Amino acid sequence: MDTSDELLLDIQHLHTAFRVHDEFFDAVDDVSLTLHKNEILALVGESGSGKSTLATSIIGLHNPRNTRVTGDIMYNELNLVGLNEALFNRIRGNDIGMIFQDPLAALNPLMRIGEQIAESLVYHTKLNESERNARVLELLDQVGIPDPALTAHQYPHELSGGMRQRVIIAIAIACKPPIIIADEPTTALDVTIQAQILDLLEDIQKEIGSGILLITHDLGVVAETADTVAVMYSGQIVEQGSVYQVFDNPLHPYTRSLLRSMPQADQDDEELHVIQGTVPSLVDMQRTGDRFAPRIPWMPASSHEENPVLHEVEPGHLVRCTCYKTFYFPDDKQPAAAGAGSSQNASEGE
Amino acid sequence: MWKTILRRVLLMIPQIIILSLFVFILAKMMPGDPFTGLINPQTSASQIAQIRQEAGLNDPWPVQYFRWVGNALHGNFGLSYQFHKPVIDLISERAVNTLYLAVFSVILTYLISIPLGIWAGRYQGSLIDNSIQFYNFVSISVPSFVWYLLAIALFGFVWHIFPTSGSVSVQASGFIGVTLSRLYHIILPGVLIALMSTAGNIQYLRSGIIDNQLEDYVRTARSKGVPERVVFNKHILRNSLLPIAAFFGNVITGLLGGSVFAETIFSYPGMGKLFIDSVQARDYSVMTALIVMYGFLTLLGNLLSDIIMSIVDPRIRID
Repeated sequence: MDTSDELLLDIQHLHTAFRVHDEFFDAVDDVSLTLHKNEILALVGESGSGKSTLATSIIGLHNPRNTRVTGDIMYNELNLVGLNEALFNRIRGNDIGMIFQDPLAALNPLMRIGEQIAESLVYHTKLNESERNARVLELLDQVGIPDPALTAHQYPHELSGGMRQRVIIAIAIACKPPIIIADEPTTALDVTIQAQILDLLEDIQKEIGSGILLITHDLGVVAETADTVAVMYSGQIVEQGSVYQVFDNPLHPYTRSLLRSMPQADQDDEELHVIQGTVPSLVDMQRTGDRFAPRIPWMPASSHEENPVLHEVEPGHLVRCTCYKTFYFPDDKQPAAAGAGSSQNASEGE
Repeated sequence: MWKTILRRVLLMIPQIIILSLFVFILAKMMPGDPFTGLINPQTSASQIAQIRQEAGLNDPWPVQYFRWVGNALHGNFGLSYQFHKPVIDLISERAVNTLYLAVFSVILTYLISIPLGIWAGRYQGSLIDNSIQFYNFVSISVPSFVWYLLAIALFGFVWHIFPTSGSVSVQASGFIGVTLSRLYHIILPGVLIALMSTAGNIQYLRSGIIDNQLEDYVRTARSKGVPERVVFNKHILRNSLLPIAAFFGNVITGLLGGSVFAETIFSYPGMGKLFIDSVQARDYSVMTALIVMYGFLTLLGNLLSDIIMSIVDPRIRID
């Protein structure tokens, strides 16, 4: 992690609440994060943990009628929370580029690829039409489209999934935004294509020096690309640190469970670890105590904090609640001590 | 694409032949014939028999059918028993009337339904939306002839604002006079037909807008910093108009079909009224020609719709 780089995004105490039956429920609950130039920050968590909601709050795309965003998202002295639409439209696409999950659905079926990329240039640059077309071809080439001139005239349905994701990336980087939000950019793609897209993201980041917020539930992707990691559960950050800190010394029970749930290519005789229960829905979510406690029921109530807060265990490495100190997996031979290192070696024979 | 269109047109031929056969047989199975009840009571039975014989009605029906088809292939659909005129002349005369009325009402239908559909979709759940939904509900669930009769009673007989029948006034003279008189006659039926046929368009447009607003590509457009007005027109609306475009081919060919209910109730001498009259008078030649024509128009309308769809939606290709 290189935090000496310029600070791009400073999120402080962000709450994003959705209205359900005239009541607001926090889907993102008091999240503070920073993103620097040249940094890839991975936001990890199961579906429903609030990571996409956080991203949507940053780019201001929530429907204001059903959503309430409070807290601060500082970008260059500008608070993006509550920013008016006209001003926000100048930021979106120009300062923040967004890469979406499903590359077919994210492209307008009735518009040519070239037109969809150029649209961003229309509103953020003074380029004329022929300059825009030249820039579109340049972008398509940059994202690795073999025949930019042909693709620019094609429609989304004529491209493969990987090609479409490249187009989505071209749209996001059209104005060389300092911030790129990638919301599960590889989820809808084949494994081989996934690697290509991640490489492409890294290349682009090196080229334009953006900070990337990478949202994913794939820990393999995180280990491979990210500099820093924030693990989210039920709208809160439960563990945060550099990718080395979090992967070499995972502390929070949720992080450890996630890592344990990853299939290991060299251990085919072992059953996959399953985290008990499911992520609670927005309405059913418990708001007090440790939100992850119901999914590790073997841990005594005394191990949890009453109001879990983030503890800094080493510089830059934060973990919520104190239960990590005594946490163990019930199928382990003996309870693991706090900070006992990676849990992958905790395999047992039948 | 042209090859496919040609193949589709050629495929229409057997379909039309089968249709004509069905229509011919069904028409022959109807009780009575064109001369039932229309001949002077003093006419003797032998004279009637002679008229029937001369009209060819005593020949076996296959003979009659092939005679009819043979003539039709030469552009001769026979004489109307009822009007004593060539069927072709009769139809083209009525088709002009129907075309005036239909073009007027179709344009009006789109002028009403597209803005209402957009409003209803954009302001879903608002008072405007609820009022539009109520109008849709009424126009779909109350039979159209109820409103036609009500309109004639009020605007024709009570307030004397519009004529209650016909397509042009007898006193009208000169091109301008005749045109104005025609327009005057189509306003009431035209407006009523339009008001009664908006529901489909409104519903398609409304639900299209509501659904497309949530599409990922709309979010992509917003994330590019495209102003909301442009997002709506270029991304949401364009995609929502597709189902309406899908019917447009049938709307074009439907212009010639006429409306049976409206034309009958407003005594407007168009195709719809001609059809009903010819059925009631057992006017075989007219009836058969009309049904075969309707069949052809429907097939052509489907083809046109497919062509239009392939133009507006790049995902659809005819081949």
